[in-house]
Amino acid sequence: MFLEYDPVLYSRILTALTLAFHVIFATIGVGIPLMIAIAEWMGIKRNDPHYTLMARRWARGFVVTVAVGVVTGTAIGLQLSLLWPNFMQAAGHTIGLPMFMETFAFFFEAIFLGIYLYTWDRFKSKLKHFLLVIPIVIGATASAFFISTVNAFMNAPQGFELVNGILTDVSPLSAMFNPATPTKISHVIITCYLTSSFILGAIAAINLLKGKNHVYHKKVLHLTMLSAAIFAIGTAVIGDLSGKYLHEYQPEKLAAAEWHFETEREAALILGGILTEDNEVRGAIKIPYALSILAGGTPDTVVVGLNDFPEEELPPLWIHYAFDVMVFIGMYLAAISILFVVMNWMKKWNAFNRPLLWAVFAGGPLSMLAIQSGWFFTEVGRQPWILNQVMTVAEGATTSQHVDIMLVVFAILYLVLGVTCVKVLRRMFKNNPVEHELEERGITHSGNRKAN
Amino acid sequence: MTLNYEVVGITVLWTFLYGYLIVASVDFGAGFFSYYTKRTKKNHLIHNIIQRYLSPVWEVTNVFLVFFFIGIVGFFPDTAYYYGTALLVPGSVAIILLAIRGSYYAFATYGAKESGLYNFLYGATGLLIPASLTTVLTISEGGYVVVEDGNVRLQYGELFGSLYSWGVVILAIVSVLFISASFLTYYASRAKDSNALELLRKYALIWSFPSIGMGVIVFFLLSKRNLGHFQNMMDIWWVFAISFVAFIIATYLIWNRRNYGTAFVMVMIQYFAAFFGYGASHLPYLLYPYLTIYDGFTNESMAIALIIAFIAGLLLLIPSLYLLMRLFLFDADYVEGKK
Repeated sequence: MFLEYDPVLYSRILTALTLAFHVIFATIGVGIPLMIAIAEWMGIKRNDPHYTLMARRWARGFVVTVAVGVVTGTAIGLQLSLLWPNFMQAAGHTIGLPMFMETFAFFFEAIFLGIYLYTWDRFKSKLKHFLLVIPIVIGATASAFFISTVNAFMNAPQGFELVNGILTDVSPLSAMFNPATPTKISHVIITCYLTSSFILGAIAAINLLKGKNHVYHKKVLHLTMLSAAIFAIGTAVIGDLSGKYLHEYQPEKLAAAEWHFETEREAALILGGILTEDNEVRGAIKIPYALSILAGGTPDTVVVGLNDFPEEELPPLWIHYAFDVMVFIGMYLAAISILFVVMNWMKKWNAFNRPLLWAVFAGGPLSMLAIQSGWFFTEVGRQPWILNQVMTVAEGATTSQHVDIMLVVFAILYLVLGVTCVKVLRRMFKNNPVEHELEERGITHSGNRKAN
Repeated sequence: MTLNYEVVGITVLWTFLYGYLIVASVDFGAGFFSYYTKRTKKNHLIHNIIQRYLSPVWEVTNVFLVFFFIGIVGFFPDTAYYYGTALLVPGSVAIILLAIRGSYYAFATYGAKESGLYNFLYGATGLLIPASLTTVLTISEGGYVVVEDGNVRLQYGELFGSLYSWGVVILAIVSVLFISASFLTYYASRAKDSNALELLRKYALIWSFPSIGMGVIVFFLLSKRNLGHFQNMMDIWWVFAISFVAFIIATYLIWNRRNYGTAFVMVMIQYFAAFFGYGASHLPYLLYPYLTIYDGFTNESMAIALIIAFIAGLLLLIPSLYLLMRLFLFDADYVEGKK
């Protein structure tokens, strides 16, 4: 390694790498079960085997991504102790409860996933099999809930007293339900749903673009875009509340995200642009009053600027771009899904036109990019703290040797896992296309079973 | 030893680690047997048995382990500091092996493609993971970790050069093979698959005496390594006697081709007694001589919260696990492959 060995820096890079890889699988791991449940329910409700087949096929792909999610989740769970032993020592005393409960939630999900996958044709009543997906949805969402409270705690730690470096007077519930919790968990969960809808929608879109005109793909697209539109609106509302949370509890993070230097009312929201050496913003789009409205709901809300914070406690200012990418993609996803739903609703318009299909397809990878930007924004935006105002990242890190070698080894591991996962998924669905499976199961074009 | 939060906490965690020991051993051994029989062209005999058992439960196995290492940080936060710093490399090796194993199992099973590489990885990791995980138990005996100027360091030379450490590794591997073979023997008998039964019974018998033999050897190696712990074990010698008797009954039943279910329960008792005997005599130390359950314990309010969460969690998990076992383990039609 050409850099001087610094366990803190390497621990940060390795943790970022593991989380960035894990969050891909974690996000769809939270969202897809809900989509499977919706599809299976529609299949029963409308007595339409196309929807049942959707649930089956999604579940089949899902389990492969779950495997990678499980193993990378195990990796980050252990790496937290290996790379951040001092942080975990403090965390164990204060926020250990939701971490512990997260394993229960996942345990619950894992048990029912095992049952669900192997019992498609085992019950006479279809409803019985549908009931098995509910614990999976609950377990997946509860996992996200618990683990996000830990992240919320890192942003707004409370529920303990720090006396001479010793943690006392701990209240686990108050630590878990800290001020960051409501916006953090709702934002994480709903964006998992949104991203998963778009990824499944993108697959249907590319199939339609390739000229596969089966009504199955159209049903997938309609179901996923309708869900996405609802989740996107929810995301926008929660995003607004998240801005208000930041204004109240982490104003330096909001100011850094917005390159907001002077404390003022009627503050403008800045999109894009570049920052000169004298901290002047060039080439950005300015939306008057918008930052004040985001922060406090009214144009005359005073938003504290970066100049009013000690410089050594500020995060790096490039997080502005991560924030913008997240917000921009969020708006894009809302626009595309709503446009699709409206066009499909107006009978004489063709929602399945090629430009819109391409736009939906682009939404799949873009939504994942938004997830990544969002997490990089929130994590880097908390710097230099690992526990906001309590413990810095440097204080939390390991002092161990060899973190650099571990970084290289894990990078190779994730590369291999990522490539194989994509290869396996592609092969799974290429070898068994929908049209083929529909025929095999004797389902007609209109969605009825052939009478034999 | 009085019953207090510290003891309740470590007992809960130890119980989960025991759960992992059993379910993971079955899984690891199955991976090895699956690979080995493929190499010797006998896999047609046991492939179905292994697949039918493993497919629905593989994910559950991993969670036992996650539960343990997240739980121990909750109950005993100081373990994160000591073990976290010392175990960076062995811990990372274990993560990588677990990651390879878990994902390649899913790739092979659901990706629906037979691959020699996947099989090799699945078989090899089954033996390497227990070997790497036992490092934790080995270093807990003391002498492998030093604390200098507030920094925790693992002495690699000491670890790799020690007879005790290698003894534990071999014990772990032979135990995995014995536990797994005795379970799969039982599963094959339930499935009424006589070819698989014959082969697996043979494996169970082959690995039975090495497992008890290594247990005895490690027992005496410990006296050289950590005399205090060894003497504590001698004080509760009857626990290990129970373990030995359970082993004799298990082997006797398998040898006589009867009551394979009881035989497997006996194997579970054998390891339960040995594992808890080892654990109880290890107390109060979590890491000799630096850390005990008393100085590393979390605050009282967290302890109460964790124990309540644990009980609530169990109320949820036990019925769910029961359902899983009823559908895949005790459902004769499923086991026989009719469903």
